[in-house]
Amino acid sequence: MDWAFLAISTVKIIGLVFLTILPMVAYSVWAERRVSAAIQDRVGPNRVGWAGLLQPMADGLKFILKEDLTPGHVRKTYYWMAPALTMIPSLLTCAVLPFGSRLFGEKMVIADLDVGPLFVFAIASLSVYGIVLAGWASNSKYPFLGGVRSTSQMISYEISLGLSIVPLLMIFGTLNLGEIVQYQAQNGWTLLPLWGEGLSLKGMLLAIPMFISFVIFTTSIFAETNRLPFDLPECETELVAGYHTEYSSMKFALFFLGEYAAMIIGSGLAVTLFLGGWSLPFGWLAPESTTAEVPFWHGLVHIGVFFAKVIAFILFFIWIRWSLPRFRYDQLMRLGWVFFFEIAVINVLLTAGIMMLPLGK
Amino acid sequence: MTFLFYIFAALAIVGGIGVVLNRNPVSSAFAMIVSFLGLAALYIQLDAYLVGTLQILVYAGAIMVLFLFIIMLLDIKSEEGRQFGVFSTAGAVVVAGGMLLIVAKVLKNFEAGEKALTPLKGAAAETTDVSAIGELLFTTYWFPVQVIGMLLLVATVGVVVLSKRELR
Repeated sequence: MDWAFLAISTVKIIGLVFLTILPMVAYSVWAERRVSAAIQDRVGPNRVGWAGLLQPMADGLKFILKEDLTPGHVRKTYYWMAPALTMIPSLLTCAVLPFGSRLFGEKMVIADLDVGPLFVFAIASLSVYGIVLAGWASNSKYPFLGGVRSTSQMISYEISLGLSIVPLLMIFGTLNLGEIVQYQAQNGWTLLPLWGEGLSLKGMLLAIPMFISFVIFTTSIFAETNRLPFDLPECETELVAGYHTEYSSMKFALFFLGEYAAMIIGSGLAVTLFLGGWSLPFGWLAPESTTAEVPFWHGLVHIGVFFAKVIAFILFFIWIRWSLPRFRYDQLMRLGWVFFFEIAVINVLLTAGIMMLPLGK
Repeated sequence: MTFLFYIFAALAIVGGIGVVLNRNPVSSAFAMIVSFLGLAALYIQLDAYLVGTLQILVYAGAIMVLFLFIIMLLDIKSEEGRQFGVFSTAGAVVVAGGMLLIVAKVLKNFEAGEKALTPLKGAAAETTDVSAIGELLFTTYWFPVQVIGMLLLVATVGVVVLSKRELR
């Protein structure tokens, strides 16, 4: 067995998941509260630490110290499994996200798989079990309704999510996320084809189906992560708190954090596929290929750029949440099946048509 | 990495046994998901990343979700506490025993399984399994793909007709 490979992978996993994503999850809760306060002209949590920056620590302490109540009418085994099952898939998916080019000659991705986006969808599709189980195991009406809603919502939007990235994969010609980002670094981001091969009539024409893909993809991510305007599974006005009504203390916190982890991974995937991942615009500091040497400080800049983009995307998530009202359930299903599904299929044909045009490169 | 094979093979088998032994339909469905995950890990160990990922995406992530959805929605409980008659038990033993005999006979005569595979050479070794499978599907097996697509279309139309019947 290759011990060096194992050691490096362990360092990457600890560095990315435990030292970056988990703190980001905690601080996106803080950002949500602060931004929502700013949008609603309130102050928000600003007491603990400078500008309330220690608030996540205080919240965590509170969740751990609260009484962990297990209601008598629940199905115990599944009731205990459910919170873990919502959190784990979200954290697993970040294994294939390229969060930088190279540092010390190592690729900045935990697992350099040739089926990147498929892996993300596969693992993300498992996260529905946590919610379904929570709804079923709680053995009471509101959580059950929340679980049922969540299942049908996630199955429906998985289809448009998968179809929306088919046009991208047709252009990139690869399912390796590292190579996808490399292509974008040299030939223009999917949504900003202003340099390299993207700067041509064909590249400009292809930006149209790419934009349609981006809209469908982003909306589907909102639905998949149960975020407003699609948070029907936990909508307070109808279902108390939906699938986690019967949960308290740290188990509730796991659901809460699982949602934010899914949001961060969704942002990471959107950034990787549509906004050039770790690359700077106009090919600045772009390495020549996925195997080329990258100077140390370039590697650092790339990691910084990736997380800056992800944070910007998370702020966009939060901004949408506090701007749009909630959809009705039939509207949500109609949007998924009647509009996005068809538009995504037509988009595939449109992209193929543009790619066949005899316009040279 | 042999110990990983044994871990995941055990996972797949334990899941399979769980499907049969659990009397609660939801537990059975979950045991089946565990079994699928073990199988997917085995595929990935064979470097078949696409097959392994699709196993999770399609079976564990979509089909089993629908199964669970239906089980929970109908709240099936009749399986719990059902007793088996003499004839059904005898039939099950005969069928399972026959299957076991066939598997044993095949394994005994399967000499290719004892040798290690030779690694791929040339262009086949350099392409990823995704593009290799895609190329085969769209050239050599193009006709079967079209036929299967047609079959699925017919099935979809049939489902729509059947589920809409009472509306007319």
